[in-house]
Amino acid sequence: MQRYIEGRSQPFSWFLYILPALLVYLVFLAYPLFSSMLASFMTGNHAQIQTFVGFDNYVRLFTEEELSTRYFSAFRNTVIFFAIHMLVQNVLGMLFANLLQNKHLKGRKFYQTIIFIPATLAIIVTGYLWKLILNPQWGAFNLVLKALGSEHANFPWLGTPGVSLVVISLVSSWQWVGIPTMFFISALGNIPDELYEAAAISGASPWQVFTNIKLPLIMPTVGVVSTLTFVNNFNAFDVVFAMENVNGAPDYSTDILGTFFYRTGIAGQHPIGIPDRGMGAAVATVTFVVLIIGVALIRHITVKQDEA
Amino acid sequence: MKNTTKHRQLGSTGRGITYLVLSLWSLMVIFPVWTMVINSFKKRLDIYKDPFGFPSLWSFDSYLAVLKGHQFGRYFFNSILITVLSLMLILLLGSLASYAIARWNSKLSRWLYAFMIAGMMIPIRIGSIPLLRMINEMGLMNSLFSLLPIYVAMGIPVAVLVLTQFIRDIPIEMTEAALIDGAKPRQIYYKIVLKLIQPAMASVAIYNLVPIWNDLWFPLIFINKESQKTVILGVTTLFGQYQTDWSRILAVLTLASLPILLLYLAMSRQFVEGLTAGAVKG
Repeated sequence: MQRYIEGRSQPFSWFLYILPALLVYLVFLAYPLFSSMLASFMTGNHAQIQTFVGFDNYVRLFTEEELSTRYFSAFRNTVIFFAIHMLVQNVLGMLFANLLQNKHLKGRKFYQTIIFIPATLAIIVTGYLWKLILNPQWGAFNLVLKALGSEHANFPWLGTPGVSLVVISLVSSWQWVGIPTMFFISALGNIPDELYEAAAISGASPWQVFTNIKLPLIMPTVGVVSTLTFVNNFNAFDVVFAMENVNGAPDYSTDILGTFFYRTGIAGQHPIGIPDRGMGAAVATVTFVVLIIGVALIRHITVKQDEA
Repeated sequence: MKNTTKHRQLGSTGRGITYLVLSLWSLMVIFPVWTMVINSFKKRLDIYKDPFGFPSLWSFDSYLAVLKGHQFGRYFFNSILITVLSLMLILLLGSLASYAIARWNSKLSRWLYAFMIAGMMIPIRIGSIPLLRMINEMGLMNSLFSLLPIYVAMGIPVAVLVLTQFIRDIPIEMTEAALIDGAKPRQIYYKIVLKLIQPAMASVAIYNLVPIWNDLWFPLIFINKESQKTVILGVTTLFGQYQTDWSRILAVLTLASLPILLLYLAMSRQFVEGLTAGAVKG
């Protein structure tokens, strides 16, 4: 067999098998990323000849009043958006996975199937659907509230700064909760039964079993889920686009990095104006750096706890 | 016997709470989806009378209006075409590369593997600005086919990860016999590997299906021409036209979600396996 791998076959012919995939990957994924970094050091406009301006775009992004206010507000909103996902989506996912792990539970498959349904819908569909449900006029949500005797029945959930970002984050958590649930179910399924038996003999409570056995053992999966949530949240766009608009209404209170990037680099609107290529690339590059730092941090935390 | 100990701890209260939590959440999922589907079959004004019940009269008017008055059929065709083509290319290119990576034992192949896998963590959206220029220079702006290379590039990392692992797990005896018979790597790929990795290919296809079908970002930035739009992009434009006609909006939303939803309900096990195949092994 070694002969087959190393001797008889020429490296070049093996390389030919990899080439098509590598080419597409290089040209449409690796190169655009690299090129985006380069573009962030160039002047803005599409039409003009690009000239090197150094860190000018970055300096403007972080110091120029109009830009930096919007950028930091979008950044802060994205952090809140992410925090709510971690707290709601991933904690619920963990809860559901633990409940569904019980093999004697009747209808286990049914619940599992239902929980994942929203993840198959397009985010834009989810967004529009919830926008209708939350609509003060017709909205089913308000009808339910009214039936329950709540005085918030006419509350403009999507039109109130400070509230709408939370509402959008919850809708997005509703959509994605099936993903952590499935990941955690499959991780919990890999824990050897002997450990539970030992815990049962020593009289551990379910909570003790969770904190001392389950959680430490599924830490790598917690890491994967957190990373996925982080990367997806810092690139989110659709849910805000559907429920508010690209300006992150009301009053930029739901403006996240995805919508800010769209406005600055791709299809600008008032007040930023015509999209600024260099500036958009700078925004993307900063996001990329934040992603790398964040992913490294999450890995560091989850791997360390795994070893402890 | 093995599994009974860990569940014996759950008393009847625990069981009750479990059912309560799961049923409440199921309601929270089913209710909006129900609202969407059921109201799309009502007449415009019936929605206000009874928003949650079955329609007193099943009406397909909204669907007919949507399908007739607009290019929704065209959008559907576009979405199916681009999704199928993307998946086919991802599987073809991905399986070729994975076969070589799994069998070619060298530093370069290990390096290429790591390099391609790294793409899983990189959202391709970050490169949108250069991609816009590239697509424009390729003359693909406003064409459905602008999406193809991007979706393929997006799908390759997971394909390479899952398929390489899978090919490495194929018992070596399977290929040894063929080698003794004088088969070439190309024949082994075609006659043996391609047949054995079909379950893994299904996982990869399903993993990529949902994000490709549901993608809004790239159609939004590349395509502005009616005849080239995808279903999901179509949803954004149709919405504006029916501001007050809820049942039409809901018909559009139902149409856009139904294919994947039905597929998922028919094969939910494969969906879950496809989803976790990439991450759990890696």
